[in-house]
Amino acid sequence: MSDRNDVKRYPGLGALSLLFFVYLYAPLAVVVVYSFNENRITGVWTQFSTKWYASALQNDALMDALKTSLIVAVTATVIATTIALSAALAIIRGRDLRFRRVSETVVNLPLLLPEIVLAVATLILFSLIGLQNGMLKLIIAHSAFCTPFAFLPIRARLQGMSLDFEEAASDLYASRLTVFRRVTLPLILPGLFSGAMLAFLISMDDFITSNMLSSGGTTTLPVYIFSLIRAGTSPELNAIATMLILASLILATIALLVASRGERDHE
Amino acid sequence: MSDIAHHDPVLPSVAAEPSRGGIWRNLAVWGLLPSWLLMGFALLVPIIIIAAVSFATRGAYGGFDWGFNLAGYRQILFNEGWTGELEFTPQYMVIILRTLLLAGTTTLLCLLMAVPVAYYIANQPRHLKTILVYLVTLPFWISMILRIYAWMIILGRHGPMPRLLELFGAPGGLSFMYNDGATLAAMVYTYMPLMVLPVFASIEKLDGTLIEAAHDLYGNRWITLRRVILPLTAPGIAAGAILVFVPALGAVLEPTLMGGGKQMMMGSLIQLQFGGGRNWPFGAAIAMTLLIFVTIVLILIARRAAMREVTT
Repeated sequence: MSDRNDVKRYPGLGALSLLFFVYLYAPLAVVVVYSFNENRITGVWTQFSTKWYASALQNDALMDALKTSLIVAVTATVIATTIALSAALAIIRGRDLRFRRVSETVVNLPLLLPEIVLAVATLILFSLIGLQNGMLKLIIAHSAFCTPFAFLPIRARLQGMSLDFEEAASDLYASRLTVFRRVTLPLILPGLFSGAMLAFLISMDDFITSNMLSSGGTTTLPVYIFSLIRAGTSPELNAIATMLILASLILATIALLVASRGERDHE
Repeated sequence: MSDIAHHDPVLPSVAAEPSRGGIWRNLAVWGLLPSWLLMGFALLVPIIIIAAVSFATRGAYGGFDWGFNLAGYRQILFNEGWTGELEFTPQYMVIILRTLLLAGTTTLLCLLMAVPVAYYIANQPRHLKTILVYLVTLPFWISMILRIYAWMIILGRHGPMPRLLELFGAPGGLSFMYNDGATLAAMVYTYMPLMVLPVFASIEKLDGTLIEAAHDLYGNRWITLRRVILPLTAPGIAAGAILVFVPALGAVLEPTLMGGGKQMMMGSLIQLQFGGGRNWPFGAAIAMTLLIFVTIVLILIARRAAMREVTT
């Protein structure tokens, strides 16, 4: 590979790729570094301080927004993952090919359409049927756009799975429910887990839909952050951003690790 | 095949076939019912309604009254005066053109960066490859608003970018915020992973012997890239282009935060129409226009990718 005359090698690609990864991570590092700046003005460094973390953790509005986000995300994740699991089982195991194809497109539709269009469309629907409950509005909308993110890992896991185990269990007179609970579910657990994690992250991160549907009492975390950004960059905001970036990195890493381990099992 | 199974008891594996249907019979219908219900209620019905609203009349106190007229669409091009006369106004056309231009440029820039990087990653040893792909994926899972915020710091007054340029003699106190360039910077950054991953997936599948063959036939690296590598990665490039161009067309946060409210794109224009209860039919008309653009892009790219697959 390091052979200079290797025809597959293009000169300068290594340096270019290194630059690319710097480009990918430097902006995040900037936020992290400035979150430890004692000065109130983000760009002017005075000295190292963790005081903005203390003030962020004592911010009641932030904690309320976090609570709203968590309630919406957990509920939406449970709904989306359940629906995605049932859809994936039906699509992989079902028989009618045409119906399965159309259904798969429908499940993945939120990935194909611009979110802002879906957001205003749901806003109109909810106002027409007079749905007032802010939390319920958010949960319904989030469940819908989280479903494909839960669906794809589960589907990938199911697709690589042999039917033999389930058939063996059913030949041994296990009921359908037992087969599902004792054989199918444990086998697809990694896909289920990473799907749920990704759905949770997508819900926690969402701004466009939440901003459109949120009302007084149901401000989610990104909507709250948006209002902070609108007020100007601040070190406390940098501290909040740093904590959230870290949380996302950890959750995404776990989800991706589980998913890749699941893939390795297949090989 | 099932006929043989019924007549021939010595083929147990084939005879077991019907039991497959036994466990999973009707599963397709019942298993898909919840997704159809959810997507129907939260997606399909709302899209039909917004299509209808785009032809409705603007309500006197915000909202709308059902009906059929083209006022929402007409407003994209014309301003209606007090006496009902129509006057051409370019302001919304400018927003639509800016949207197409910025989304197109974003896709192109992402592609230019993604192809060499994806090629480099694909040629790494297996273990390193896994780590690099993971590093590309990771930023995607960080909240978009935070990734854009990072660029507000970088380009803003006292930020690292103006500081860097001061070292090279630029005047102090510069800010690169609130223009199309800033919007573009944030868009390229936020959508980049969506381009690298599919391009990588198709470069990885590339048969190395074809590249060697091209060289044996006296093709230099540039010719090999243009005539062998790029055509063979067309499906990945098409997938990446869809994954970047479609959300870029609907971008809301980038123009709102980076463009500073005046340099709007279609997404932020739609949001504005529904924000303060301003003009729902007009907002719906813009949303439908955006949806039509997206559909055209999906069809065009899908068809071209299919054509390439047939011809190569």
